[in-house]
Amino acid sequence: MKKLLENIGGTVITTFRQIIDVSRLLVETVYWLFVGPFKKKPVKRDSIFEQMLFMGVKSLIIVVFVALFTGIVIAMQTAPQLASLGAVIYVAGLVAVSLTRELAPVLTGLVIAGRVGAAITAELGTMKVTEQVEALETMALNPVRFLVVPRFLALIIMLPCLTILADAVGIFGGYLIGVFNLNINSGLYIDTTFRFLTTKDVMTGVLKSFVFGAVIALIGCYQGLNTRGGAEGVGKATTTSIVTSFILIILSDCVLTAIFFFSDI
Amino acid sequence: MEEKEVIIEVKDIYKKFGNRQILSGVNLKVYKGETMVIMGGSGCGKSTLLRHMVGTVKPDSGSVYMRGQNMAELDENGLDALRKKFGILFQSGALFDSLTVKENLCMALREHAKLDENIISIMVKMKLELVGLRGFEALMPSQLSGGMKKRVGLARAIAMDPEIVFYDEPTTGLDPIMAGVIDKLILDLSKKLSITSVAVTHDMNSVFRIADRIAMLHEGRILQVGTQEEIKNTTNPMVKQFIEGQPEGPVNFFMSKEDYLEELIK
Repeated sequence: MKKLLENIGGTVITTFRQIIDVSRLLVETVYWLFVGPFKKKPVKRDSIFEQMLFMGVKSLIIVVFVALFTGIVIAMQTAPQLASLGAVIYVAGLVAVSLTRELAPVLTGLVIAGRVGAAITAELGTMKVTEQVEALETMALNPVRFLVVPRFLALIIMLPCLTILADAVGIFGGYLIGVFNLNINSGLYIDTTFRFLTTKDVMTGVLKSFVFGAVIALIGCYQGLNTRGGAEGVGKATTTSIVTSFILIILSDCVLTAIFFFSDI
Repeated sequence: MEEKEVIIEVKDIYKKFGNRQILSGVNLKVYKGETMVIMGGSGCGKSTLLRHMVGTVKPDSGSVYMRGQNMAELDENGLDALRKKFGILFQSGALFDSLTVKENLCMALREHAKLDENIISIMVKMKLELVGLRGFEALMPSQLSGGMKKRVGLARAIAMDPEIVFYDEPTTGLDPIMAGVIDKLILDLSKKLSITSVAVTHDMNSVFRIADRIAMLHEGRILQVGTQEEIKNTTNPMVKQFIEGQPEGPVNFFMSKEDYLEELIK
């Protein structure tokens, strides 16, 4: 019993310490992002573009793939129910709103957490265990400025971009089913989509993905920079990074949705 | 004996990692221009002591003074200013995997010295020439052998023309010839450029080739500090056992026999 309590206490303390550490990393990142340039210590533009290329452009295929099939699946799943109400045309609105508000940002976030978050942790973790992070530090090059900020910035820019793309592709997936399987007139489908879709829907989704991007980058970098214990440590850190990112994405999605829901945004 | 300028002073530092006491009261002075070698068995705290000197690890108690400044009291900027004055050769080289050899060397130069790109290129070539690797600028670290990585690491350590260079096991894992080459480089650097060197190693050949003074570290304490002659003619049985590489002696590798039996039948 005592041991159980000790374990619970230990876990709680570790969790709180990690929350504090991650917050500190966020503060440091923001400092280097906004204050650093004024102190003549900017972040290298090349490394930001390099990260954007890796995180954004090279994730295009998987994001398009996931979004397209999600759109198709929603359309297929909802069509029979709506048909029984004689409202098949509403498939268009349903697909558009559910994708832009919820599914595109969350699914894209999860996919990117798996692809990019894991890569960030594995790379920084390997750098940490092979003394490269320490080397940076002793060369008076701040690791947060050189490693974390480019990844953070690249991801909070690229994830919203990918999400908007996923919105469009997903809606196109629904369109394919609507037009070719449910025999809805193409013009009518598009018209109905835009009748239901508001700027607000898209914007809340994009805002969500912005938060998810920050979460993935911060957790990925934090786990990477705190890796210990060689190759095994890198593996463990990567797993922890992905699992934590997944949980936090779902959690923050719930919180953000609640905020939008109750504040009527 | 003439009064020499103390450049690094370690005062009574204690350090614990978890429940293991790594350093328990280390005192050490390094003078300007000398090559100080810290030797000791694996796990005796050599690398930890080195990390205290470069400021990546903070002591539980005690302090490290570099050029008269207490490293624990410096803020990030002060520490960075100090760090620009020294270079470190890491055990594995610690080259940045994602950058070419040249970029590895350029990194600190581009950031800290506002120099023309042409001048940086020339400086990189000069440093690589020193370690015998001119022409390897465009290679990635993964294309280099262990010895080459170490030499590039050395070139990077001296890229900023430091006043102090730290070596973490500079010859470990190298063949004897390459070890000799690295030792010669260390000697050349300290003699020609009058760089202060601090090396951590347990390679005895290397120790007696490069050291001006030697400090023997054992179980978190300095057993003896002295010149090569003093260490060779030591009366301390532990130091003697270490430099002669005797398996039996005051430093016991095997635990007692009774323990072993108990452990087996438990």
